Order: sequence, then structure tokens, then C-alpha cells
Amino acid sequence: MRKFETVTSVGAPLPQINIDTDKIIPARFLRTIEREGLGRHLFNDMRFDSEGNETPDFVLNQPAWRGANILVVGDNFGCGSSREHAPWALADYGVRAILGTDFADIFYNNSFKNGLLPIKLPAGDRDKLMEDAQRGENARITVDLENQVITRPDGEEIAFEVDPFRKHCLLNGLDDIGMTMERAGSIDSFESADRVARPWLYAE
Amino acid sequence: MTEPRTLFDKIWANHLVDTQEDGTCLIYIDRHLVHEVTSPQAFAGLRAAGRGVRRPDATIAVADHNIPTRPGARAGVIENEESRIQVETLERNVVEFGVPYYPIEDVRQGIVHIIGPEQGMTQPGTTVVCGDSHTSTHGAFGALAFGIGTSEVEHVLATQTLIQRPARNMQVDVEGPLPAGCTAKDLILAIIGRIGTAGGTGHVIEYTGQAIRELSMEGRMTVCNMSIEAGARAGLIAPDDATFGYLKGRPHAPKGAAWDAAVAVWKRLPSDPGAVYDTVVRIPAGEIAPYVTWGTSPQDALPITASVPDPAEIDDADRRQAVQRSIDYMGLRAGQPLQEIAIDTVFIGSCTNGRIEDIRAAAAVAQGRRVAENVRALVVPGSGLVKEQAEEEGLDRILTEAGFEWRDPGCSMCLAMNDDRLSPGERSASTSNRNFEGRQGPGGRTHLVSPAMAAAAAVAGRLADLRDLD
Repeated sequence: MRKFETVTSVGAPLPQINIDTDKIIPARFLRTIEREGLGRHLFNDMRFDSEGNETPDFVLNQPAWRGANILVVGDNFGCGSSREHAPWALADYGVRAILGTDFADIFYNNSFKNGLLPIKLPAGDRDKLMEDAQRGENARITVDLENQVITRPDGEEIAFEVDPFRKHCLLNGLDDIGMTMERAGSIDSFESADRVARPWLYAE
Repeated sequence: MTEPRTLFDKIWANHLVDTQEDGTCLIYIDRHLVHEVTSPQAFAGLRAAGRGVRRPDATIAVADHNIPTRPGARAGVIENEESRIQVETLERNVVEFGVPYYPIEDVRQGIVHIIGPEQGMTQPGTTVVCGDSHTSTHGAFGALAFGIGTSEVEHVLATQTLIQRPARNMQVDVEGPLPAGCTAKDLILAIIGRIGTAGGTGHVIEYTGQAIRELSMEGRMTVCNMSIEAGARAGLIAPDDATFGYLKGRPHAPKGAAWDAAVAVWKRLPSDPGAVYDTVVRIPAGEIAPYVTWGTSPQDALPITASVPDPAEIDDADRRQAVQRSIDYMGLRAGQPLQEIAIDTVFIGSCTNGRIEDIRAAAAVAQGRRVAENVRALVVPGSGLVKEQAEEEGLDRILTEAGFEWRDPGCSMCLAMNDDRLSPGERSASTSNRNFEGRQGPGGRTHLVSPAMAAAAAVAGRLADLRDLD
């Protein structure tokens, strides 16, 4: 997994509430067996018209925000499906951090597995960052994971919380399957005891 | 004396492999359901790392999202190349990794959340995961069941565990009996309408109360299925005699002495008296009516007798904009009575409402009536076994005589990954779970309803109150 250190970028404002995973990437683009290349379908039905032409009003089609590495979003971003294609599409497009108030649980979890940092902020802080984002290309926001600080264009710092384990994995680009496999002894012990307690859940 | 615990607390404690200093937990996964859309990259990851599947006996795979449902279509090759490749990739992966698989021609094939319970894979007190958010369905059995992303699918395949933090406990208590004409679907739409699409975020919802206890297992699955639409990690209903009765004799259910031992364990699962929930919501069942959604979020649910809301009457600016956007997308006007909304298509099926009871409810409305002119109405059973059962009961004949199409099992028009979809501007009454923009096809407009209400809409050619049918 790609390491996350510090990201500085304009923030693309997406103030709409409840942006669901079908909006992030519609189901018809899930017919892939790859993780890569989904960035071209990110926000497909908002970003393109039915002929595939860019919709000029959509924020990522405007020069100030095209290719933004940071999104500032409305409440409950990522609700809906468990599709990891949503964070894959965001990461492939170049998004590294998403600043909002709350995120749907599965989307939030999936993001961390893909070098993508979703940050939960109090509404007041998010609203300030939304205003910064709406100013456009000269308003660059910095997200520093190590120090858990967001720096606004005017230099004001906003602290944020992040789960220490997820932070550790993101900073170091760690694959958590490898880490869990190191605990195979604990899994073996659990299974041995469980086979006695609930033998019907194991094939004979 | 130990502290009184909730059903969730007990399942969590029973599956804890270990806990790190920072509170991160490794929990054991009893059952893993795999489908073609969210697994290819997980198997590829295993292959790249030289890893195998730790417990094929705890895993079952099936293709459902991409499968064509037109009668006869499944016998040939899948026309869409990307869909075909996804299914073929799953078929190769299950062979390479030794995972049990129900092929397309097998009568046990169907939507992953229909077949898990049907085969007795889903059992009380187990942890069940799948790369699909509607895994919450299995909570109807008192199983802790939740959707995961593809990275976690790979994690479970390799280790049979997941790295998790405990959820908070929420109780949704529905006291009293459901009014006549109301179903599990109306109940869950009313709940989501009440708590909102983020109301359950970070929580596992345990549904309690008379209206829940009196639901069939099919109805309980409908309720738990849509827990994710309330933002919850999972939904749970305490196992009882209805649960045990449904499971007994199913292929993967314990047999003989093991059955008795299992039931003894399962009976200890329900939440202890005095167990504390972090959040409690009480809904009198008498307030529930046949519900429909008018907008593009499942929380946009109202009784069929209501009207499209007026954004001008909403104080919160974000919410007002969202409502206006939904009204525009849906092609409606503020104040329009819901029963005046004409529909083009009816879809009865999905992991929410594709079980035998749902087909029976649709057939009961269809019997002796006709689908309105210019309405196409699809009935898509959730599995080969549901289809077989419905045909034994003659439900397919009732439905086709009334003008409904009788399809082969699959996810179908719930998410438009296969051939079944809405055209831009086309409007459906659908028994599925999401009315998001474009969910049933780009530009499609979805109204979520129960199977009986969907059949009523098919007959009336508009959203209709099934209590008013002649």
C-alpha cells in the first residue's frame, strides 16, 4: 500500500450530503477484475453527460479543482455499498485525503486500506475548510498525518483524530494481512478451542 | 454476577482472537460468502502473495450480480464481455483455491444473501461476512453479519479473521403488532425514515419488540437487510423458535446430537435483561403504514397517503438542497400526492425481497388482476430454490397470467450490472433496497416499496395504496 505522509492541494468542495458509492462509481463500472484504472469513472454520472462529455458545472471539471488531491465533503459521504471500487476510483484519480464530518463505516474502513485518509471533523471545522475549498486554486490546504494537523490557506491549524493503528499502517504503507499472519498462533488456538465448543461449524 | 450483555456483546466476545494494546481487535469469522464482483482482486492478491484460503469449508461462492435473468439466457454464454469475464474469473478462482461453488446451472444458485440462509450456512451466534453491504441480511438469525471491502475479503480468505473495533449497541424497539397491510419492508422503511441514512453509523442495531418477534424469518431478513441503509454496521434479531424452525434440516445446519447442542448454545444468545444499549429508539408499530420512497435516499420514505415534501418548509440548508435535488432528479413536484405518481416498471426481487414469502405476497395481489398497460413488471426469484418452490405453488402461473414476467434468479434490476435496468427518466416501483441516483440504470427513478405494494403499483400503473385495491 502507498504510504501517506503529507498532502498539499486545493480542496475540491462537494457539499452535497449523502454522496453514496453509486455516485462515486456507478455499479456498471464494477465489471472489472482489476484494482487500477477506475479513476476515469470517478463520479461518472456527475462528471460526464450521457454522451461521455464533461459536465462543465461539476467541480472536478473546473480548472481550479481538476486533479485535486483533497476533497472537502458533505455529511455521510460514502454511504451505500461496500464496493472498494469507490476508494480505488478516488485513489486512482489522485485523491489522498477526504475532509468531512462523518463517513459511512464500510467506506471509511476501505479507504484506509488504499492509502486514502478520510478525516472526521466537527461541522464547524469542516465548514471553514469548505469555504477555503470554494475559493479555488490559490487556497491550498495541507494534511499532515504524522502530526494530525490540517493547515488552512491562512495558516490556521486544525487538529484531527485518527485511530493509532490505522495511522501506523497508513504512514508505513503496511499490508495488514501480513501483520495478521504473524498472529497465526492466536488464530490456531482460537480454532482449537472453538472446534470443541462449536464442532458443527467445522467440516469433518 | 457478570454485567448484563447484549446479543452483540456476546457474539463479539465469543469471536475475539486477541486484542491489541490500542483496543484494535482480531475477530474470528465463521462464514464467508463470496461473489464475482468483489472477489477477483482478492484472489489475485492471494495469488501474488503465495497465500491460500485458510478455511474453504467455511466459505461458499456464487455468481449473482452479473447473471442474466431472462428465461433461457443463463444456458448460453453471458453476452456482456466484462460480466462474462467476472463470472469466468470466479469459476477459475474457486477451482484454484478449492472454494465450494454453486454454478449457474445449479438449483442452489441465487443471490448470495438468499442462499446462505437457505443452505443453513447462516446460523445464530456466528460471524458472517461478504464483500457486499447487504450481508446485514443474515443478522435475522442472530448472526453478526456485515459487508466488507475487497481488501478485507482477501484478509478473511487468508486468515479467517478481521481487524475490527467493537461497534456501539443500538436498540430499535417496535412495540405492538404491525397494522394490516403492512409488511417487514414498510417497517424498515419507516425505521430508516425515522433515524435517517446515517442514524446507525458506528452501531449494530438490535431490533426488538412484538412487531419484530411476530415477523417470519423472511420478514426478519428484509428488516436486517436494510440496516445498512440506516448506516448501521449490522442488524440483529435475537434467535428464537422461528429461527430454529427455519434452520432445522437445512443442508449445512447441524444434525442429530449436534443440533441439540447447537440449540442449547443458541438459546443463551439473546440479550440479557437489563443489558444497556448506547442508543435506544422506540417506534410504536401502530404508526406504521404501507410506505414508499419519493426521493433518492432510502430515508426519503413516507406513507403512501402522504405527498412529496416541500423544500421551502425545511429549515436545514443542506437538507433543503438535498430534497430539492431529489425532487428534480425524480421529476416530481413539491406537494404532489404520492398516489398520483405514474410508473413505467415494477421490479419484484433482490436480496431484500426475493424470498418465497415475497413472491407469495406479490401473487396474492396479482391474482385475478392485470398489469396496467405500458407497465413492464418483472418478478425475479432470489434463488433457484425459491423459483422452484414458487412454481410448485403455482405462483408463476398467477403472475404470468396477470402480465408479470417470470425470470431466473439473480440480483437483476436492483443494481443494473446485468441486462435488467431502467432507461433514463424511466420510473420504477421496486422492492430493492436503494433508490440512489442511477442505481437501477443511469437516469432511472426508483421508488422503494414492499412486494405487495409493488404488485399494486403494477396493477394500478401508479404508486397505489394496496388497502384500496378493489
